[in-house]
Amino acid sequence: MRTLPLSVGFMPLVDAAPLIIARELGFAEEEGLALNLQSAPSWSTLRDRLILGQIEAAHMLSPVPVAMALGLGGLPTQLDALSVLSINGNVIGISNALADEIASLGATPDFLDAQAAGKALAALNKPLRIGVPFPFSMHAELLHYWLSASGLNVAKSLDLRTIPPLLMADAITAGEVDAFCVGEPWGSITVEQGGGSLLLPGAAIWQFAPEKVLAVRRDWAASEDDLTGRLMRAVWKAGRWLGRVDKRATASEILSWPEYLGVSTEITERALTGNLLINARGKSRTVPRMMEFFDGAATFPWKSQGAWIGARMAARFGLDRAQSAAKAAAVFRSDLYRRHLGPLGADLPAASEKLEGALSSPTSAATDSGTLILGPDRFFDDQVFDPRRPEC
Amino acid sequence: MTAKLTILIVEPDKTRADAIIDSLIATGDHHIRVLSESTGLARSVAELNPDLVLVDVANPSRDAIDALTLASSPLERPVAMFVDRSDDGLTKAAIEAGVSAYVVDGMHPDRIKPVLDAAIARFHMFSRMRSELQATKRALEERKILDRAKGILMRARNMSEDEAYALIRKTAMSQNKKIADVAQALVTASELLS
Repeated sequence: MRTLPLSVGFMPLVDAAPLIIARELGFAEEEGLALNLQSAPSWSTLRDRLILGQIEAAHMLSPVPVAMALGLGGLPTQLDALSVLSINGNVIGISNALADEIASLGATPDFLDAQAAGKALAALNKPLRIGVPFPFSMHAELLHYWLSASGLNVAKSLDLRTIPPLLMADAITAGEVDAFCVGEPWGSITVEQGGGSLLLPGAAIWQFAPEKVLAVRRDWAASEDDLTGRLMRAVWKAGRWLGRVDKRATASEILSWPEYLGVSTEITERALTGNLLINARGKSRTVPRMMEFFDGAATFPWKSQGAWIGARMAARFGLDRAQSAAKAAAVFRSDLYRRHLGPLGADLPAASEKLEGALSSPTSAATDSGTLILGPDRFFDDQVFDPRRPEC
Repeated sequence: MTAKLTILIVEPDKTRADAIIDSLIATGDHHIRVLSESTGLARSVAELNPDLVLVDVANPSRDAIDALTLASSPLERPVAMFVDRSDDGLTKAAIEAGVSAYVVDGMHPDRIKPVLDAAIARFHMFSRMRSELQATKRALEERKILDRAKGILMRARNMSEDEAYALIRKTAMSQNKKIADVAQALVTASELLS
């Protein structure tokens, strides 16, 4: 079969796995696509390459297409999220100095306890310089959400610094930041280098945070319906493969290749298995839903996920919340997901939006053909986001 | 009457930085500063308050500069910079050449264009040089392999160097392969057998 070439960009992170697997294990070829995967040096460059048409699709931070829809940053172009590539996957790490300060106040927050960790940071009562990979990122949103709900005066004390993932370990070692929130493998690499320890997984703040999306230009999706479908199917099949526990060793191996992450399999497998080494003394912890590629309808682009991101960003950047939530919801293309992946047997929830944060345990939900299991998706402070009342 | 432009170049390689400066000077009298360190980038930009920032798109620290484009929001510090929206074509040309430009809000495009054009030309030259260097390296590498392959044939089949080369060339032609690939296959096979 003749394959159609398609250029797709990614950042060297574990959660680029669905694209890498789609190419390496033939899921793309099966759909008649020859994926030309291009590693990007920074999120802004990846975004600009996508906007300017140097690539057709990208592994993208879920808030970036939302930011474009809200007119924040970059050239004015509409990007859409065709599907969610991964749920969760970030870790929050702290410098050794900050770890000592927390300990000196007598706090010993458990690695999975976002409330205790948030209180411990708020109790320091001082400005915190925290590195994030990009201003529009789940990292920035989770930190804002978590620290403001923990009683930190974020306007005064939260100083977010933009640092590219691959420089994060150096930045915390050099004392440029007190803490960071970053995607794997960069948290584990910091631990390996002894520059800091891990305080909390992102999944402890929100149990089901849409982390990366498969992003394309809106006009491209409209004019290239056939290619869009092929790409979505290939990536969805790769996600299904990645969701299988017995495939993790193979996935870590492929991700570690020099053209992708170029780090050892021992590092890449930590996020995939959820078994993290959290400090240089070798303490390890298992994180439930550390990084999810398939289960719980992980790949479905819920309009309510977009609305949550839009409402949070509107609050941060001083925009109208209801309007922003509506624009953001439109970016999550559950319509395309239904049309292109339904025939393949993907679980299609009966609705395209839901309450975010309402499920404290796995729950059956109605689908077009039966039921599927959703959640848990709780926020650490038990708040529930209603996409129809985004101003609350 | 036009005031001088303050231009900040973020470039760790001194030779490259000098080359960029040379090309920019040709377009007029500017204040040009070079930042070679990516640490504290945001702070340096705030202090220098440049009209234009040029940064290699391959530089991971570009994200830190990009973050400053949010300064227009009420919650951020007032360092107002953004990718020039007045001319998509120019921005596209710049990104393709490998340079991203951040221009202060309100700066007249006519003042920036000649500077950007010069930077774009210079970055195109960088990427040509990089391709040439890679090609040269590969050629040298292939040359080494070919020499080893000839040596193997000369020993094993008691040939002269010219005969060995002729045989490799003939095999490549008949199998529709590159000479370098045939030589590589021979070297690999010989390593396996020895």
